[in-house]
Amino acid sequence: MSPAVSARLGSVLFWTAVAVILAYMTIPALVVVMTSFSPSELLEFPPSGFSLKWYRRALSYADFQSAFANGLIVTAFAATLALLIGSAFAYLVERYAFPGRVALEAILSSPLIVPHFTTGFGFLLLGAGLRLGQSYAIVIAAHVLLTLPFVVRSVYVSLRNLDPELERAAANLGASPVNVLSRVTLPLLLPGMAGGWLLAAILSLTEFTASLYVTAQRTQTLPVAMYTYVREYTDPTIAAVSALLILFTTALMLVANRYLGLRRILAIDAR
Amino acid sequence: MRASKLSRPFLLWFLLPSALAALLFLAALGEVLQYAFRIFTPGSLEVGGFTLENFARLLRPIYLSVLVDTLTISLLTALFTLVLSYPVAYAMVRARSDALRTLIVLLAITPLFTGEIVRTYAWILVLGSNGFINSLMKALGLVTAPLPMLYTRFGVLVALVQFSMPVMVIVLAAAISHVDRRCERAAANLGAAPSKVFWHVTLPLTMPGVVSGTVVIFAWTMSAFSTPQLVGGGKVLMISNLVYLQGLSSFDFPFAAVLSLVALVVAMGSLALVRPAVTRLERRAALH
Repeated sequence: MSPAVSARLGSVLFWTAVAVILAYMTIPALVVVMTSFSPSELLEFPPSGFSLKWYRRALSYADFQSAFANGLIVTAFAATLALLIGSAFAYLVERYAFPGRVALEAILSSPLIVPHFTTGFGFLLLGAGLRLGQSYAIVIAAHVLLTLPFVVRSVYVSLRNLDPELERAAANLGASPVNVLSRVTLPLLLPGMAGGWLLAAILSLTEFTASLYVTAQRTQTLPVAMYTYVREYTDPTIAAVSALLILFTTALMLVANRYLGLRRILAIDAR
Repeated sequence: MRASKLSRPFLLWFLLPSALAALLFLAALGEVLQYAFRIFTPGSLEVGGFTLENFARLLRPIYLSVLVDTLTISLLTALFTLVLSYPVAYAMVRARSDALRTLIVLLAITPLFTGEIVRTYAWILVLGSNGFINSLMKALGLVTAPLPMLYTRFGVLVALVQFSMPVMVIVLAAAISHVDRRCERAAANLGAAPSKVFWHVTLPLTMPGVVSGTVVIFAWTMSAFSTPQLVGGGKVLMISNLVYLQGLSSFDFPFAAVLSLVALVVAMGSLALVRPAVTRLERRAALH
């Protein structure tokens, strides 16, 4: 075989493999969407018709309604607290040297490595110890810790890319440190902070394992309610909820790609 | 002292919330540690005095076999994830058309944000006896009776690999995009075939990403819960499922605490162990 032919063959094989692997990654989501329109109570493939009844059931199911509301409450507080704490911490890490910095960085990034069930179980025990039980307070606390590393990283990257001359110029012109921070630094950090908040919000809304430990019936979030449903019923109601969530995330990714550039965010543009 | 205080005007105010958050996390982990050494009273949430008995229980064959299963499944998941993710990452970075690169990013990364319950449930629909794969094979006449895939180790592995791929693809794509293409061009100009350029230049230069990505996936799979729980359906037990059974079904908090500490130690230990190797590989890649 001539080198040109074998290179051509290699390229065809490579792209076939990539297509098959991408199908493996994508097909489960497509199967969920198709199943969500199935008229049958039992799981069947391909669906024998078209129906929206599982969407009606999903949207009218009381447990999902309250779990969705709970999730929004938890996410609103958790993502916002994580944003405040994380932005302040990213600023400290980027700007100041202070005793205990390395230790604090290690502790606050460790929720990335510590299994979510260990974290969840720990907060369950802590909640019991503090007599908070499985209240919103303890659910929110767990979610803040779990999402904090992502906010810190996002804001930290923005700080690194910020031109320090701008702050120095404002200070030289007589602006107080508070003014420099609120009039120069914060506005420049807004995109990074918005990105961090959004990431924290998505992760909090979809977090399951730790939430299973720290929530009770009264405070359960949507993924926990979905899990409970899957264990009790086999009908495609969950497929309808899942399809809505898949649609929502896909739209979000398209918007993020349009306005922020996914490849740039993920640092995967070829040089 | 005063000068340094002046140059760090927000130190205290900015430090307080993060210190409090860190304290809360340490307190939660401290509770787990504390419970691990307490006596379990069946039928009660109250725990007794100090004991090492909970750790001794780990050595019973049924728990040891779950540990070994967890390690095996995690290792296999990490390896398969690496092998399947590399071509996707390579295509994502090197595809000639901009639209194609974006399409691959969207297809490969979007699953990351749909949440673990949605993604795990999807595999129930794909692997079940009336599911996508079995229906497809029956329609094609490949099988007469449905193949059991749900509630098997194979099924759990298939779902776990797909679950881990987006993160691995991100890590590998970052590594591949940082390869200096002049090195590859130099090798090609000297007469190396494309496959040779890949095996002798590109792959070695991305080894730091390969190793750290594989270890991260190994550690994460160690703590996977919903996939073995739902796709394994109680027939495939990983350490996370045991923690759930002991903690939230039997209310044996002390033993659940021991098991979650084991998972934590293995996850953190494997990352710490591999760090020197990654540093060495990074240095070698920099020398190239």
